[in-house]
Amino acid sequence: MGNVISTREAYGRALCEFGADEKIMVFDADLTICTMSCYFAEKYPERFFNAGIAECNMAGMAAGAAASGKTAFVHTFAMFAAGRIYDQVRNSIAYPGLDVKVVGTHAGLSVGEDGATHQCIEDLSLMRTIPGMTVICPCDANETREALKAMIGYDGPCYLRLGRSGVECVTDSMDGYTFELGKGVQVKDGGDVTIIATGLMLQEALKASELLQEEGIGARIIDLHTIKPIDRDIIIKAAKETGAIVTTEEHNIIGGLGAAVSEVVGETYPVPVEKHGVEDEFGHSGTAEALMVKYGLTPEKIAAKAREAIALKNRK
Amino acid sequence: MEEKRVKELALTAAKIRRKALEAIEAAHSGHVGGSFSVADILAVLYFEKMHIDPSDPKNPDRDRFVLSKGHCTPTMYATLALKGYFPVSDLMTFRNVDSYLSGHVEMTKVPGVDMSAGSLGQGLSAAVGMALTGKVDKKDYRVYAALGDGEIQEGQIWEAAMAAGNYGLDNLTVFVDNNNLQIDGTVEEVMSPYPIGDKFKAFKWNVITIDGHDYEQIAGAVDEAAKAKGMPTVIVAKTVKGKGVSYMENNVKFHGGTPTEEQFRQAFSEIDAAIASLEV
Repeated sequence: MGNVISTREAYGRALCEFGADEKIMVFDADLTICTMSCYFAEKYPERFFNAGIAECNMAGMAAGAAASGKTAFVHTFAMFAAGRIYDQVRNSIAYPGLDVKVVGTHAGLSVGEDGATHQCIEDLSLMRTIPGMTVICPCDANETREALKAMIGYDGPCYLRLGRSGVECVTDSMDGYTFELGKGVQVKDGGDVTIIATGLMLQEALKASELLQEEGIGARIIDLHTIKPIDRDIIIKAAKETGAIVTTEEHNIIGGLGAAVSEVVGETYPVPVEKHGVEDEFGHSGTAEALMVKYGLTPEKIAAKAREAIALKNRK
Repeated sequence: MEEKRVKELALTAAKIRRKALEAIEAAHSGHVGGSFSVADILAVLYFEKMHIDPSDPKNPDRDRFVLSKGHCTPTMYATLALKGYFPVSDLMTFRNVDSYLSGHVEMTKVPGVDMSAGSLGQGLSAAVGMALTGKVDKKDYRVYAALGDGEIQEGQIWEAAMAAGNYGLDNLTVFVDNNNLQIDGTVEEVMSPYPIGDKFKAFKWNVITIDGHDYEQIAGAVDEAAKAKGMPTVIVAKTVKGKGVSYMENNVKFHGGTPTEEQFRQAFSEIDAAIASLEV
């Protein structure tokens, strides 16, 4: 078992690590110790600006900085990054194609005790429908660092989805793991069904594959860290070779990873796609662990979806 | 300012209005009222005060301008075209499906546009970001922005005002085009932003109030703003919506409404008369 560390923590450290680049300007909205932009702020105070509790203006200032040649990062909770400032992200950042990285932390139900107002389960959906927006949801600390490196090397608007809770590091011990924007990673092979996971659900998917293995079901596991542009090739290959797909995400089943995968499968090589995630309902207060169980974001439920997908595949 | 120069600027502004109106006529759409109220300010900025070079529109040391009231493209594009950023004849393609000159300002498509805008309330934040970047990079460029007086009803404007005051951005000069009209009526009737200057002052801004159609006052305010240290400047410019065409002045119908054929003829004849009197 690898280290347990939140993606936001890994991100904050990596931003500081890569922060010497003079092109980088960083903004936060009074959440530096939550989004972990605090490490950068401490090391490079001359290029860090706290916008206060004013996310709309933060997005606009970042756009202005990017319009003046900078790579600008804005940080806040996913709820505000994708929700409150949707218009600013769309019109001031994405429409002019500016090099602004929108970082939304505390995404999904695993925020925990703060409850539904802070549990954004719509951000992947909102962000991926903006033309030209790149949307990334890393699964662990190592992948987060790699994602950030790739984002810095890419000139254009990105949305990065990060979590509050600690997650197990899995990609650093994977043979031949490499990160490429827009490319999924096949983590495990299997012939009966493919489970495509994003974010911390990758770890749950891996556990689900073990449950399925006990029943003699071979599940292919794909880590789809980039929701957009989506890796059509890896999805089509999975559809052809396994004939049944399950998507799993800490997000509403409407509009996110499951929808994105369904679009590709439906357009290219129709096979059953079972969407696993939050069933179109708001979250609740509770510990992250309790919420994951309450809302069915568990290996057992993923395995159940896999059985359903296989049954659909085998129907006469 | 010499009398001759004032006259030259008046002539430039009249030509901007004519070209803006030609573009609107060709497109059968476009926002004329707010375009004409801000036209004199744009004439002074682009033809007198800003350090810019139309042959090098992306020069990192240039002054910047953000048209936060991004719908006033007719005068913005006419100004840029007359300044030499792109052919004046292209104005006749305004709002056409195949044209690069669309309804709201676009930095990616139109040479000379420093920031895209259109969703009201957002441009000031971008201008603040540019001014902040100028400070970080230790550059001397100045950043200008123009806001509508209706637009400042948007909350984001005051977030940006707070930030600019907080950072003491003395390289930022903002015009409020105070024509007192918005789509649904006067700004007082809809949602009064008055007193405008006091609100900015409370956010630690230097406040100047002028007649936004007086070239000497506009230029003087820009100079005064450059002298203010440690704080941004807002120039509350009292203007007339539809300025320059008698029947459009203070007439809210011409916010986004298109004149009739007959009205176009009258408008052109009034503007042409102004041009003729200034060319003497």
